[in-house]
Amino acid sequence: MFDVLISLLDSTVRLSVALLLACLAGLYSERSGVFDIGLEGKMLAGAFAAASAAAVTGSAWVGVAAAIFAAVFFALVHGFASITNRGNQIVSGVAINFIVAGATVLLGQAWFKEGGRTPQLTGNARFDAITLPFADAVRGVPVIGPIYAELISGHSILVYIAFAMVPLTWWILFRTRFGLRLRAVGENPAAVDTAGISVTWLRYRAVICCGILTGLAGAYLSLAQSPGFVKDMTAGRGFVALAALIFAKWKPVPAMFACLLFGFLDAFAIRFQGYSFPLIGQVPTQLMQALPYILTVILLAGFIGKAIPPKAGGVAYVKER
Amino acid sequence: MSDGNRTQSGELQMAEKAIELVGINKSFGAVRANRDIQLSVDKGTIHGIIGENGAGKSTLMSILYGFYQADSGVIRIGGKPVSIKTPNEAIAHGIGMVHQHFMLVENFTVLENIILGAEGSAFLNSGIAKARSELQRLEEEYGLEVDPDAVIEDLAVGLQQRVEILKALYRGAEILILDEPTGVLTPAEADHLFRILRKLKDEGKTVMLITHKLREIMAVTDNVSVMRQGTMVATRKTAETTVEELAELMVGRRVLLQVDKGPANPDEVKLSVRNLTVTDSRKVDVVKNVSFDVRGGEIVGIAGVAGNGQSELIETIAGLRKAAKGEMTLDGKKIEIIGARQGDLRDQGLAHVPEDRHHMGLVLQFEEYENAILGYHDDPEFQKGLLMDLDKVRETATSMIEKYDIRPPNPRLKTANFSGGNQQKIVLAREIEQDPSVLIVGQPTRGVDVGAIEFIHRRLIEMRDAGKAVLLVSVELDEIRSLSDRILVMFDGRIVGERGPDATEGELGLLMAGVEQKEAAE
Amino acid sequence: MSTPYAKLPLWADYGLIPLINLTVAFLVAGFVVMLVGESPIEAVQLMLKGAFGSGRGIGYTLYYATNFIFTGLAVAVAFHGGLFNIGGEGQASIAGVGVAIVCLTFDSILPWWLTFPLAIAAAAIFGAAWVLIPAWLQAYRGSHIVITTIMFNFIAASLMVYLMVYVFKPDGQQVPESRQFLEGANIPSLEPLLGMLGITARRTPLNITFILALVAAFGVWLLIWRTKLGYEIRTMGLSAKAALYAGIGEKRTIIVTLLISAALAGMMSLNPIMGAQDRIQLNFAGGAGFVGIAVALMGRSHPAGIIFAAILFGMLYQGGAEIAFEMPNITREMIVVIMGLVIFFAGALENMFRPFVQTIFASIRPRSVGLDPKPAGEA
Repeated sequence: MFDVLISLLDSTVRLSVALLLACLAGLYSERSGVFDIGLEGKMLAGAFAAASAAAVTGSAWVGVAAAIFAAVFFALVHGFASITNRGNQIVSGVAINFIVAGATVLLGQAWFKEGGRTPQLTGNARFDAITLPFADAVRGVPVIGPIYAELISGHSILVYIAFAMVPLTWWILFRTRFGLRLRAVGENPAAVDTAGISVTWLRYRAVICCGILTGLAGAYLSLAQSPGFVKDMTAGRGFVALAALIFAKWKPVPAMFACLLFGFLDAFAIRFQGYSFPLIGQVPTQLMQALPYILTVILLAGFIGKAIPPKAGGVAYVKER
Repeated sequence: MSDGNRTQSGELQMAEKAIELVGINKSFGAVRANRDIQLSVDKGTIHGIIGENGAGKSTLMSILYGFYQADSGVIRIGGKPVSIKTPNEAIAHGIGMVHQHFMLVENFTVLENIILGAEGSAFLNSGIAKARSELQRLEEEYGLEVDPDAVIEDLAVGLQQRVEILKALYRGAEILILDEPTGVLTPAEADHLFRILRKLKDEGKTVMLITHKLREIMAVTDNVSVMRQGTMVATRKTAETTVEELAELMVGRRVLLQVDKGPANPDEVKLSVRNLTVTDSRKVDVVKNVSFDVRGGEIVGIAGVAGNGQSELIETIAGLRKAAKGEMTLDGKKIEIIGARQGDLRDQGLAHVPEDRHHMGLVLQFEEYENAILGYHDDPEFQKGLLMDLDKVRETATSMIEKYDIRPPNPRLKTANFSGGNQQKIVLAREIEQDPSVLIVGQPTRGVDVGAIEFIHRRLIEMRDAGKAVLLVSVELDEIRSLSDRILVMFDGRIVGERGPDATEGELGLLMAGVEQKEAAE
Repeated sequence: MSTPYAKLPLWADYGLIPLINLTVAFLVAGFVVMLVGESPIEAVQLMLKGAFGSGRGIGYTLYYATNFIFTGLAVAVAFHGGLFNIGGEGQASIAGVGVAIVCLTFDSILPWWLTFPLAIAAAAIFGAAWVLIPAWLQAYRGSHIVITTIMFNFIAASLMVYLMVYVFKPDGQQVPESRQFLEGANIPSLEPLLGMLGITARRTPLNITFILALVAAFGVWLLIWRTKLGYEIRTMGLSAKAALYAGIGEKRTIIVTLLISAALAGMMSLNPIMGAQDRIQLNFAGGAGFVGIAVALMGRSHPAGIIFAAILFGMLYQGGAEIAFEMPNITREMIVVIMGLVIFFAGALENMFRPFVQTIFASIRPRSVGLDPKPAGEA
């Protein structure tokens, strides 16, 4: 029983990483007032770029760099449309999602001729599990042993980076000048403007941060979670991340817990697929698959608390005179 | 003795100019907002700039503060020509601005708002302690006490304004520009502000006061410049001019500060409000136990500084808000005001000209004729079977345009292309032509040019003479006093007094400031 | 100063600007084509040939356009109310279930001209039902309609798999689809009509649903610009405060707008299910819900523009099949990329070209943009 729990939690951690990175990415963007529904597209672009670069160069780190590059590119495109051209931010995000969805398969087919996917990655082109010091030694110790050896140790490096991003994001938001200004521009961009700070540059920086993190999320998907890129592999995570963000009221630590919750659902669905539950019997796989999306809708229904978004969110800044 | 005179005149001649503007021009497309502006502000004085809405004052100040660049002209600070391309550069030259609509982050603390832009370092912790002590010093020196850890949205408006001023001082402003600062203050708070301005002047700062209120100019400024339709028409020493002269300079002709009207003949009660209490989203009572009547054939004016519950009061009466307690009758019929409201008492004979003309009274992207029926679009006279009868709608719109002299007379033009005065006429025409028995009007002449103001005032008097009940809310005391047959003063959500139209401004001002008074029977 | 609101002559607003947006989108797409090593010019030629070069091509182009007219109208109606209904794909899928139920029940009992109206009703009702929860949540809880409808797309996808495999699939069959419909569900093809126009179109799936789509477009035009409800929808979309002031019930209007929108999206399912495939298959919607977004944006939410844009995208789909045949490197995904680009330039960057065009018009013919020779600010 305990083993099942540990293994479930272990999977939870792994399955929530991409979501967590995407969620934090969205946090930077939305806190600055730029609504980003294109997290999905950027993540997908990152996943494709990572897998392609890793397949060609044989190095996972080159893949990560490529992922960040690709995601930041689209982040800047979104920024150009939303910030500089004051366009509709939702439409821009939707457009980017489509462009990426199509372009990844198109380029994948043209470059690798495997029906749109990248070749399977092996060896250094992937991120393997890291065994933390003493993990093997303490494995035998009751309770603490497995927790350390299975749950905490044994993940790929991107997992640790992802979770480290949570306190880092908190610190940036609340203890640095950049974070203060970022939060301000999402609430009252006019106040920031009159204080002599460039609203545009600030929002672009936020959007770039978003790109970096979604790139990492994508790289995780195709270099660590799966061995390579597959069409539409993000499977809606970018949208679920938005729901988690709203649920977490745009704060880093609650965001982490929200993403872990979704990860747990995923892990549960996989572990208990085809399982016959007492009373209920067998739950159709399709229902299990739909659970994260159903939960998202329930979260958004706000029955679990009302969330107040950044006041200037989604609205382009125009000097009102 | 002669030495003293010479020294004195010598000093006067060398009075340093804090700011000089020479030949400033600024156009937005076809509109010339500033035309060849010449302005000279002496250091260590309080200089007023007066003009109506749309005269170009805000544009000029925006140029000074680096929001816009002038098309041509020179700005000199302390005698030296400067170029100000961004607010940062303005701040660097010692210019600080207190905006009409505060530039504060509502959910930040006072301290966070003040250091925004001048944090001291990339990491907050090191700068904050220094900021705190500097802030303390400024507060004491200028009498601008406020708790640095209070959150802005919890502070009263007067205190929020102090934070704005502190922000400017913290960044080292030597020249302080205040844009319409008293719009949201009670007369007492305004007096306190003027004391602060005088203190600033004593400390050697230069103050520019932008306003459209003549009495403020007379009260606190040393010099005053008048703007009209984009040009600077005159500059006077305040001590050497009068309210009448300034008013005339402002509008270019003798202004009737009073509207010609006959006596009122009120008949039966058309609108009755009893024990009305309205609570806002923060669970605060913004209207407290208000009761009054409005009869047909009279204009009841509600005076008060903005933010004392008048807006919420008329929104509730008009059906846009729900009341927490109280009753209302319209033409004798009881109206449900406590449940959810639908905003539509038009069938019951109530028409509403809202305070927010742009976003509420009109849909700016609609063509004019579409706005001519806003709120009345479901009237049977505009339907033809399942569809709308657009011919009838356009006919109605055209007749309104003729009757109210709306220009340009084009019902197919997008409403946003009409001037403020004409937009207000569109709303007014629509509401009046429906022949309501009760008309509620909020801020009818805000942002409207003088010719349209007279027109609008005359129409309101006509309504009253036709036996309609008119409820008027305005922050312009002059308007209230010249139009109303009875004046109710609101302060802090309550009606604190009722006066006749011959009440003095002083009397009303005291009531508006919440000073308890016995009935003016003495 | 009020340039964003200045009027452009109607043909510029609905013809020129969409054309500019499309051109730029195609230029970028051409660049992507080059990236995969093919010639954009050749690709365009192939596409035009495939779409209009034969009677069969025209038939297919208009068949696809039918789908996009419905989904485009759906998105447009929601847009007028200030709402973004991205759930067209899911709504169409669930509507298809309703259509299939009607067909499977009545195809041996009723003639097609009775089954068809029933199916239309079922499509509208089932489609609307799928947006009911997101609509209610947006109206009453403020939950963002974009995210909820996207979620419902995913849920619909899972649900469709379940239904195809466990409910509609006849026993013993491997393929997840229903049995073929019988006589009573066969709606007429438009082949004879094309024949009358001198176009020989053999075995095209173009059917009378196309006529229904045109009728729906006219109906939407009437609704939005000639009815009281349309006035209320437009008011709400342009200014929530004005809508409140005008006595327009916001919650009610949000829900009604979305129900109409989803019903239109749902009607799209009639085309493939009854008109072409004569059965319900997995993924019969084929992405039409998403194309609808591009079509609505390109057509600036006006039915005339939508019809034009839908035909354009129909051309892309049909011509795209031709390209995929000759240039294996350019797969169906190219259409998705183009769609994304059109949405981007027509939707997100629409401010980019408008001021430029307006300045040109304002300087050449000020009256055409409603500008009076008199300067603004005069009473």
